[in-house]
Amino acid sequence: MILFLRTVLGRAYPRLIGIQREKSWLIFGVFLPLLGVSAYVFIYKALKSPPEFVGFVILGGAMTAYWLNVLWSMATQFYWEKETGNLQLYLMAPTSRMAILMGMAFGGLVSTSIRAAAILIVGSLIFSVHFTVVSWWQLILVFLFTMVALYGLGMLFSSLFLLFGREAWHLSSLLQEPIYFLSGFYFPIKSLGYWVSIGASIVPITLGLDAMRQLVMPSAKWGFLSVDEELGILLVMSIVFVFVAHRALLYMENLARREGRLTIRGQ
Amino acid sequence: MSHSWAIETENLVRIYKVKHKRGDAESAPFKALDGVNSQVGTGELFGLLGPNGAGKTTLIKILTTLLLPTSGTARVDGVDVAANPQEVRRRINMVSGGDTCGYGLLTVEENLWMFTQFYGLDNKTARERIGKMLEIVGLQDKAKSKSYQLSTGQKQKMNFARGFLNDPKILFLDEPTLGLDVQTSRVLRKFVKQWVRERPGRTLLLTTHYMAEADELCDRVAIINQGKILACDTPANLKKRLQGASVFKLHVTPLEQTELFSDLPGVSNFSGHRRNGHTELNFILDDENTLVKILSAVQQSGAHLISLDKHEPTLEDVFIDLVGKSLSEIEEQTGSVS
Repeated sequence: MILFLRTVLGRAYPRLIGIQREKSWLIFGVFLPLLGVSAYVFIYKALKSPPEFVGFVILGGAMTAYWLNVLWSMATQFYWEKETGNLQLYLMAPTSRMAILMGMAFGGLVSTSIRAAAILIVGSLIFSVHFTVVSWWQLILVFLFTMVALYGLGMLFSSLFLLFGREAWHLSSLLQEPIYFLSGFYFPIKSLGYWVSIGASIVPITLGLDAMRQLVMPSAKWGFLSVDEELGILLVMSIVFVFVAHRALLYMENLARREGRLTIRGQ
Repeated sequence: MSHSWAIETENLVRIYKVKHKRGDAESAPFKALDGVNSQVGTGELFGLLGPNGAGKTTLIKILTTLLLPTSGTARVDGVDVAANPQEVRRRINMVSGGDTCGYGLLTVEENLWMFTQFYGLDNKTARERIGKMLEIVGLQDKAKSKSYQLSTGQKQKMNFARGFLNDPKILFLDEPTLGLDVQTSRVLRKFVKQWVRERPGRTLLLTTHYMAEADELCDRVAIINQGKILACDTPANLKKRLQGASVFKLHVTPLEQTELFSDLPGVSNFSGHRRNGHTELNFILDDENTLVKILSAVQQSGAHLISLDKHEPTLEDVFIDLVGKSLSEIEEQTGSVS
């Protein structure tokens, strides 16, 4: 257990310290996303949409940071680690691979939360958005379950991408934009219709975002499912994704050892 | 009886499927290890000597649990690497020469600390060991530098230090001095020797294609080529194979055809290759008088003798005697596949 916790902390450390040392995140992680968010805000304003839509966009913009973090700093991470020679050192150590993934996730979650909070605060101030929280405990639970499920999904991707070389990078590119659309980052997911929304719910951030919008903007009646239902589904997803990631990691590591692909670089 | 060996392999085979370019449906298997049998005793500094592509790195990858053998068994400290990799990992560490480790944004100290956490070291022990290792590799003044600010050699030194932090029972050094300057290589070689001598029960397996390094450091050396161990003994005993033989090295002006020397009577083994604008000819002779015929053949071929050197047999000569080619000649022909 101590080894597990030390590993989590050890692997989280580069990400936690990175946000202090590399200040460029203020531009790439806050300023640029805010520009994207602003574009949607101005579209909604020009179309004279309900004022809650501006709140939808800002919340979606903040949550986008997590999705990008999962794609580029979780899913593809083992590819980069392999290229830099770190992967073999991780896998040769007597520690749990899940602890390494959790360290990556924890470090990513903390550093991304700082970015997301900055987007949320600055965006709300610029566009005068007021959020009214209906239930704090539900909001905290929704956020927690969404994060566990989302980073569980990231760990699953990471396991699957263990075998891949450059393909991992392409797969992440492929997943990035469609999820912006399907998960309703800039609009209520309900507007896509029931079945598309159900399909899109495989990505935890879809339901998480929908539930959070319901909890901080109660006046908008655009919720897809009830908050309780979404909370329940997110809980199940959290358990399933982390469990499946664990199994996938064991399987893929064994396969990679058999095929000799754990240490091959420049694929 | 497996517990009496720190490392033991039995009929170890590793075959890689080499994928061809698109359009070629067939994939040709490549046998990197071809029935390797070896035993390394506890407390031994064991060398694995061979050219690039001989199978050294493949063997190390299997022993460090990064690769599964196609067939055969490998045990580290009595533990089967395929059946119980996690147990093996508690006992080992590895340093690959030419590799670096960690993240550029972290300082040298922080990078090393991160790796100690994967072995569960408490902070006090970790800091002590990091300080000591940085002193040994001469990086103590760079402890607070971010690793992206280090030169390639310094990064390699940091990686070398990393390998010793968990005080492994069995350490694998894969070409540890690759690309390092002479002075640093000397310091690291001295430390490696000291590390094994001062810690009873610690075992070190070193792969290298530097003959002098193997000769200087190792208690025993296995010569490996094309996935097979050709000989395994102490450097002195290996060199005794050539007792009674005369070993000559000739440098001549560039020669296109060198095959004629192999057929000369009295030549036990021969290798020749281009080096730095001239041709280097290595002879192992049953009879020293054969030298006259060799010089005559050189003259007839139109080349001129630049230098002639008779020396005591080295591991390089043993290698030529076993393989029929010098190590550098093989590397020139095959490129590098490990």
